[in-house]
Amino acid sequence: MSERPAASRVRTGDRTSRRLGGFAQPLPLGADPSRESCLSRRSFLSDSACGLGAIALAGLLADDGLLGAEPDPLLPRDPHYAGTARNVIFLFQAGGPSQLDLLDHKPSMQRWDGQSLPESLAGDLELAFIRPDAKIWASPRRFDRHGESGTAFSDLLPHTARRADDICVVRSMTTDQINHHTGQLKLACGTPFVGHPSMGSWVTYGLGSESRDLPGFVVLNSGSGADAGSGIWSSGFLPSSYQGVPFRGTGDPVLHLSNPPGYSRASQRARLDALRDLNEMHRARSRDPEVDARIASYELAFRMQMAAPELLDFSGESRATLDAYGVEEEPTAQFGRSCLLARRMVERGVRFVQIVHASWDHHAELKKGIEKESRATDKPAAALVADLKNRGLLDSTLVVWGGEFGRTPMVEDRTPSREASRGRDHHGLAFSMWLAGGGIRPGQVVGETDDLGLRVTEDPIGVNDLQATILHCLGLDHTRLTFRHQGRDFRLTDVSGNVNRKMLA
Amino acid sequence: MAFSRFASEVRAVCPIALALGLCAPLASAQSAALDFRQDIEPVFRERCQGCHGEATQSGGLRLDNPRDAMKGGQSGIAIKPGDSAGSLLIRVLSRPAQDGPVMPLGAEPLDPGQIDLLARWIDQGAPWPDDPSDRAQTPSVTKHWAFEQPIRPRVPRVREEAWVRNPIDSFVKARLESEGISPSPEAERSVLVRRLSLDLTGLPPNPDETLRIEAGAETYDRAVERLLASPHHGEMQALHWLDQARFGESDGYQADYIRPFAWRWRHWVIDALNRNIGFDRFTIEQIAGDLLPGATVEQHVATGFHRNSLHNREGGFPIEMDRVERTVERTSAVATVWLGLTAGCARCHDHKFDPITQKDFYGLYAFFNAATESDIDAPLPGELGPYLERRPEFEQRRGELFEQYKIGELQAYWEHRILEAATDPSSDLEPIWKILWDLLLFELDGGTETVRTPVNLRTPKQSDRLSSYFVRNVVGGYDFQTPDGYGDLDFSELKSKYKQLESAYPALTQAYAMAANPSPPQTRLLVRGDYRRPGMPVSPSAPSVLPPLSKGRPNRLLLARWLVSGENPLTARVTVNRVWQQYFGTGLVSTPEDFGTRGERPSHPDLLDWLAVEFMESGWNLKALHRLIVTSSTYRQSSDLRPEIAEIDPSNRLLARQSRLRLPAETIRDTALAAAGSLNRRIGGASVRPYLPEGATEIGFGNFVQWPQSVGADNFRRGLYIFRQRTLPYPQLATFDAPDTVQVACKRDRSTTPLQALTLLNDPVFGDAAAALAGRLATGGGATAEDRIRYAFRLCLSRSPSPAELDRLLAYYASQRRIFAEETGAASQSGAGAAMDDVESSAWAAVASVLLNLTEFLTRT
Repeated sequence: MSERPAASRVRTGDRTSRRLGGFAQPLPLGADPSRESCLSRRSFLSDSACGLGAIALAGLLADDGLLGAEPDPLLPRDPHYAGTARNVIFLFQAGGPSQLDLLDHKPSMQRWDGQSLPESLAGDLELAFIRPDAKIWASPRRFDRHGESGTAFSDLLPHTARRADDICVVRSMTTDQINHHTGQLKLACGTPFVGHPSMGSWVTYGLGSESRDLPGFVVLNSGSGADAGSGIWSSGFLPSSYQGVPFRGTGDPVLHLSNPPGYSRASQRARLDALRDLNEMHRARSRDPEVDARIASYELAFRMQMAAPELLDFSGESRATLDAYGVEEEPTAQFGRSCLLARRMVERGVRFVQIVHASWDHHAELKKGIEKESRATDKPAAALVADLKNRGLLDSTLVVWGGEFGRTPMVEDRTPSREASRGRDHHGLAFSMWLAGGGIRPGQVVGETDDLGLRVTEDPIGVNDLQATILHCLGLDHTRLTFRHQGRDFRLTDVSGNVNRKMLA
Repeated sequence: MAFSRFASEVRAVCPIALALGLCAPLASAQSAALDFRQDIEPVFRERCQGCHGEATQSGGLRLDNPRDAMKGGQSGIAIKPGDSAGSLLIRVLSRPAQDGPVMPLGAEPLDPGQIDLLARWIDQGAPWPDDPSDRAQTPSVTKHWAFEQPIRPRVPRVREEAWVRNPIDSFVKARLESEGISPSPEAERSVLVRRLSLDLTGLPPNPDETLRIEAGAETYDRAVERLLASPHHGEMQALHWLDQARFGESDGYQADYIRPFAWRWRHWVIDALNRNIGFDRFTIEQIAGDLLPGATVEQHVATGFHRNSLHNREGGFPIEMDRVERTVERTSAVATVWLGLTAGCARCHDHKFDPITQKDFYGLYAFFNAATESDIDAPLPGELGPYLERRPEFEQRRGELFEQYKIGELQAYWEHRILEAATDPSSDLEPIWKILWDLLLFELDGGTETVRTPVNLRTPKQSDRLSSYFVRNVVGGYDFQTPDGYGDLDFSELKSKYKQLESAYPALTQAYAMAANPSPPQTRLLVRGDYRRPGMPVSPSAPSVLPPLSKGRPNRLLLARWLVSGENPLTARVTVNRVWQQYFGTGLVSTPEDFGTRGERPSHPDLLDWLAVEFMESGWNLKALHRLIVTSSTYRQSSDLRPEIAEIDPSNRLLARQSRLRLPAETIRDTALAAAGSLNRRIGGASVRPYLPEGATEIGFGNFVQWPQSVGADNFRRGLYIFRQRTLPYPQLATFDAPDTVQVACKRDRSTTPLQALTLLNDPVFGDAAAALAGRLATGGGATAEDRIRYAFRLCLSRSPSPAELDRLLAYYASQRRIFAEETGAASQSGAGAAMDDVESSAWAAVASVLLNLTEFLTRT
């Protein structure tokens, strides 16, 4: 047996493609008059190197209903209307960050600290672990107002706080899910059910990809891995071409990207040349355009082998940039690297980058835990916003920070004898996120919660509303971005969702 | 404090993600005139018509049409247009309970918002548009072609009788003749042999088989019989069935606990398909094998079909919600797999064009709601004897071990505390005990029932499972505070000793099965699909657009027999369509999962019905169906594309040629390993975990997912046997479009992607296969490079190379030799053995790799 290449260390579930096989589904913009024009936009193909144009050829010659009548599913497509964002970086904070200790300042909680939640307010609160009569725990964090906007941030987010005037804090998020897996699916895919496509898949389905040699939807992982696993970058019932492709921050970024031991670039090229010639002989006999698509997929793979290492090569980045992201220091190295990669991907046309950071699930020892996660993520996330802004990319790049739900104002106390063991339970009725760039109005706070941060009192924004708003920024109407599956037209926002205008610039 | 009204509504929103349905009417009620269809009718339909509808009119009141509704019932006029306050309808919906019965009787009251809507509608004059298109839908739904009993159509006459090998060809040819298109010529022998072998067994023919057929030593029909009789046929058919069955070997949620014996059901499937037990039995045993009189262990095992549902054991997740979710999923799966109906959408409410109503859905659901999960001993042949022989010794040694670590006392203490925490919420126990109870509830099926059962009344199996759980998961763990006096015991030592002890004695293979629930919950329609909102009671029943069940106890067995009764218009059609899809890529109905009113109509309706009737009358004989298809002239056509008819028939629905199908993910692996000579052809048994790229497990929850790589020959088993960890799909399979195993998959994608190219070029599994193939060429491929290339073509493509192909590969071989010799550290490929030097073997491995990457290699042509 040959030796395993040491570099093959990419996570699984990575599927992408340049071509749609076996599907006779209408394109997402089927009802849109712009469809014709965007499909005939062949200039993209004609100026691309190394025979990618063969894919278009396959589309033009398509006469095999089983193996291909559709053009490249990742061709860039026009949105429904002019959007304000072209790319999305989703900083997915899995586990449920405690909004009360980070973004939703509730000085009024102090008055009730240690008291049970009144029964009238508890009602039939749905809680995962604690009882509704659990004691209120006022946040021990110090909050200060920042920037011209005067937005309050806790001392856990000093770097994000400095971007107060660049971001929009949303304090009135709500979700109907209080468990991680279903909550993460809801946030990523719009419904709590497995098997539905994630936001990145919907977006690349709607808009295609601008990148010629990188996937359109990339997933980066930081921390311990999210509960919902690959479900949050799944293409669900969409064609697998729209699946998120997990990248590793270090090593071989895409599975099997490195040549096997003994294959130099020259011998790899020779292998592809022989393969292409034999495939072309087969093409001549069978007249099967699928062969052209297959040849093109090998050329694309060959180019990806070049592009990915270049993407990962930070040697062109300035010392100031590397330091700002904290790429070379702990505890920011992993998240910082992911954030910097995200910027580099956006520069190279990757449509949707999802960085999954886990876990903020602090049922116990919240103080210690939230300090750790904040230290790992605050600085890189803030650096990302600043860096995008400095490079003029923030206007067209939407950055979203948030998790599947928040945490209760009440304490979760598994070992009451130890104060450090205090934590908070899952809470979906009110939680916070922040957004920046891509048409979001900066320097503002949207939404308000009651004195305990228990429920939303102003501008409730459900997860589907958030998704509708993100799609809107991209120029996609969430009610028109649909896919027929099992006899029904499905969409990211299921049967719900309204664009939140207050968030928009 | 400003606690808004909104907040309580957020809470009331159904977790099944239908927030809009609840909130939107509220919004519109306040702003504009109401829309009866959108705002009012759904309330009547979901909350009233169960008792006041077409089937029953409690109190003489009927609320599904304006004429009857305005007449009222025995209590008088229910709706007084313009006067909501004076309308009985509003009174019975909103009055306090002491003033009289509140509607809906015995169910959750309507939301205030819904009552408000109805009141406003009445105040607006109770407009009820008479839209004939609505209820008139019902007759047209029942007239839908797929709901009509198939009748064997007359086989059409064709002009060119000579082409017809069996009636399939008559139907196809008649259609082609009417379009003025001639069929394609028969494919070359070598193509046919490979096609047949890949389709029937998922494996390529070996060169001897190909040569025998080419030389006429074996006829085509004999080859068909040989392949149908091959045990690999059952494997290939099982692969298709596993897609339908959403077969997975882990829970699918959060920690994604593995199901170590899920393979036992797959083992049954392979065996049943190889024995060709008939699709009727195949159906009955999977749906309700446990209810058959004198059911055998194998028949119990078959019900594992229903155990492929996902299972959410996340701490804090409502147990009943998860049970309902699994029951809903089972219901939808059966409806899709056997009836080709997408019933899942009806769990929440009716849809205007859907043939399945919400009540229909819960009628089907009721069958599965009366079932419970049951884990059973399911020993394979040869297991029971040694087990029984050594069991007493095991039990004795286990008793000694537990004694040594005071497990009896500690377990009793734990049981006492968690039971107290669970039954007495006011107890002063630390919350951790309740958490430990919940953990037991989540982690050990039936565990809490065992704890509630007095020790002397527990079955040995219950006791074993509980104490095993206690030792493995509780004692010495983070959450279990060891009481005073036991602190010296080293429980991690106990755990490892226990593990050793268990592995030293034979155990019985287990299976996950279903059983009748002795005290089943009453089935109620769930309002908006929400388990917390039970509506009217529903009895087990067949969907109203289909023939009724026969008389008898309405249990799963009755349902199963109904599915394969001659009267059911769907099961046979759906099944033959799916089998057809295996051989032509697209079904006669191109939406195999949807035979409802929104599905596609069949391309050859008469052929579909003829096949369905033929299939039923053959005794649901699957192998006969496969034989019929693969011996037809239609199947034997060349798959070369025909530009001259591309415009008339771009999707090849007329079947004027065969289809070219990229192989399924598993078959690509199997074919490469077979060509390399390294495939392990063992049939059935437990799953394997072949080589996984380093770091691939990191995406699982908290790195819970483990992938201990299999050893030796297990690394070379067929793709069918690769462990299906739901949150960690095996990369090569996922890259080539294997379904995600979390939902019923009626057809697979066949994509072409650069990641597939990277896999075939660089994945060590394929690199090893290329090296092994190179070794095979060295030992059995002859002396010259030409001979070896010819042999490689035989192994990979079942044919000889053309002169141009031969020349190109010879040139490539020469260039590789040169490159490898020049470059330092020539690749060392050990598969070739002593017959070649390193440069030589590397060059041959490169040649082999090119063959394993060819489009033709990846395609059933």
